[in-house]
Amino acid sequence: MSAMTEAAEEREPRAKASVEETPLPASAPRPIRCAARGVKKAFGKTQILKGVDLEIAEGSFAVLVGPSGCGKSTLLRLVAGLEEADEGKLEIAGRDVTRAPPRDRDIAMVFQSYALYPHLSVRDNLAFGLRLKKTPQAEIDKRIDEASQMLGLGHLLDRLPKQLSGGQRQRVAMGRAIVRRPNLFLFDEPLSNLDAALRAEVRVEIRRMHERLGATTLYVTHDQVEAMTLADTLWVLNGGLVEQKGAPLDVYARPRTKFVATFLGSPQMNLAEGKLQKASGGGFVAEGGGMALEVDVERFGAALEDGREVALGVRPHDLRVAQPGESPSLELRVEIVEALGFEAYAYGWAKASGPRVIVRLEAEHARRARPGDVIPLVAPPEHVHLFCQKSGVALDAE
Amino acid sequence: MDDKPSVLERVVVHLLLVGAVAFALYPVLWVVSLALSQGGLSGTGGVVPLPRAPTLENFRLVLGTTDPDGAWLFGRQLANSIVVSLATAAVGIAVAIPAAYALARFPFVGKEAGVRALLATQMFPTVASAVPLYLLLDKLHMLDSRGGLVLVYAATSVPFAIFQLRGAFSQIPVDLEEAAMVDGATRFQAFVKVTLPAARPAIAVTALFAFMSAWNEFILAATLLSREDAFTLPVVLQRYVGEHDAAWGSFAAGAILVSVPVMALFYVAQRELVSGLTAGGVKG
Ligand SMILES: Nc1ncnc2c1ncn2[C@@H]1O[C@H](COP(=O)(O)OP(=O)(O)OP(=O)(O)O)[C@@H](O)[C@H]1O
Ligand SMILES: [Mg+2]
Repeated sequence: MSAMTEAAEEREPRAKASVEETPLPASAPRPIRCAARGVKKAFGKTQILKGVDLEIAEGSFAVLVGPSGCGKSTLLRLVAGLEEADEGKLEIAGRDVTRAPPRDRDIAMVFQSYALYPHLSVRDNLAFGLRLKKTPQAEIDKRIDEASQMLGLGHLLDRLPKQLSGGQRQRVAMGRAIVRRPNLFLFDEPLSNLDAALRAEVRVEIRRMHERLGATTLYVTHDQVEAMTLADTLWVLNGGLVEQKGAPLDVYARPRTKFVATFLGSPQMNLAEGKLQKASGGGFVAEGGGMALEVDVERFGAALEDGREVALGVRPHDLRVAQPGESPSLELRVEIVEALGFEAYAYGWAKASGPRVIVRLEAEHARRARPGDVIPLVAPPEHVHLFCQKSGVALDAE
Repeated sequence: MDDKPSVLERVVVHLLLVGAVAFALYPVLWVVSLALSQGGLSGTGGVVPLPRAPTLENFRLVLGTTDPDGAWLFGRQLANSIVVSLATAAVGIAVAIPAAYALARFPFVGKEAGVRALLATQMFPTVASAVPLYLLLDKLHMLDSRGGLVLVYAATSVPFAIFQLRGAFSQIPVDLEEAAMVDGATRFQAFVKVTLPAARPAIAVTALFAFMSAWNEFILAATLLSREDAFTLPVVLQRYVGEHDAAWGSFAAGAILVSVPVMALFYVAQRELVSGLTAGGVKG
């Protein structure tokens, strides 16, 4: 090993430096579409997927989120061909692959455990799939070169997996997918074994890699930061069904159900059970849990009925402290204040018997807030969400 | 803080170690000494057994045995031992690998019962089946043959080998095979190219164990073999200490000759035995 590469090893070169210079792969795959139609899957008597429809456009980055155990991995494994669907159809690149074995699907997958072949060097790990396809050695070398430049793996090629750190293993796992130039990239929580700092870094790298390769991608996570930042389209899976899909910001701004509303966003959206009241001047106010929130009449339209029972919601970030003289939507009795430096949260109640309410405070208010204080808060109507109490579906999505 | 042991501590530890080594090696010293002496037990003496007049005569005698026709008998017997032991290991492993893999990976009807049955076979000492085995091999005309012995040894080594390998295969994450299949391998290729190499240390240990049990086995060999040129080395050794006269010198020399290949094998296999190749493939 030359002195130069030794030095490089010390500094742990990151991909950032080299990404811009690396030429695009000579024959980057033409992006393809992937779709699941009415896919059902049960393990024993437990129905895990109850008819999932999924559609990933050419070259787009789809993120599948949902609570633990909702079947995200199962769906991904169905797409990979590692499990077989009980019902429904899977299409990759316009071809029905429902019954095709994994090797006939032209996919690459990054496992949560990385699943590097322990007896093979990094180089041989990368070459494994290409050798199976009898790719000429020169081409294999070229692709390994490209991928290792892109991911900063150059100095690791001759090591065994056990001689790598967690982050390096993760990179090798991604490299193994990249060299294959697959139709479809599959990721199953690839960052969950990394520490927070590295996770943020690799997250950005994954997005960058996607932008460079432009390959269709399906990414599973239960981390909402990953979901929000990586996705072109977000698919929220719950109870074996797709609960909502859409651009991440749209899903965040207009959650279709109570579940989606609380699942996305941290801290969670404040929710309370209450009733709609017709106000003077044609407006509506949703009252409950000690809150009286003015409602966006245009958004909810005909769904608004005087006296209708609803669940009302407003995110901690959307509440603001009332100006002097302004009539507040709620008065928060503060229990504790959490100051994170760049922002602060006050936890408390708007009514003794009501649900807990969380609000994000600006630095100036946070400094003054003390447990026991009462803070008057205003919820702007455009940020007030209403859900049917029975079905949990948003009133504007019924 | 000074965490170096004191002088006293070190002296005590070393005395204990010397004692343990002496305890372990004393019998071996006797054997070496006997092998190098003439005149059996009277050729050495004292608390520390040292040959009075060191000589290689015993080795020459043992190595140079010939049958009535003048063919080299010891060579033939050594070959018997080597061939039988290697074949036992090979056949045992070849049979055990697929069985162990199936038990480790797939659910199937009768799996639990099968495992229990395997365990049950281990409860009976092999001597218990010496007579039926003799009758079976007699019917098959395989008495006094290497093949017959391999058949018997491999059969007795398979259950244990299956247990060992089943454990090894279940330690190897399924993810690895799935990754290989996504990478374009068939299920069989994934097994051959990923699972088997990842299980190599365990396979090596299991094979070595099968080899050793065949190499050392005496009772069945003595029962199933009656012709001198079919003997394996343990049987040959036993013949040196007969009822009336015991050729302790030859016995000791033979014992050393029998041990050497095993020691060599251990030396060669060391790397496999200690390496944990699977470490690091999956998160950690
Ligand atoms: N091979 C299997 N046999 C039986 N049950 C299974 C199997 N695989 C998954 N399950 C069950 O299916 C459900 C969904 O599992 P899945 O791994 O898809 O969840 P997930 O959404 O990926 O969760 P997580 O976020 O925790 O990874 C779980 O309740 C799990 O116990
Ligand atoms: Mg999962």
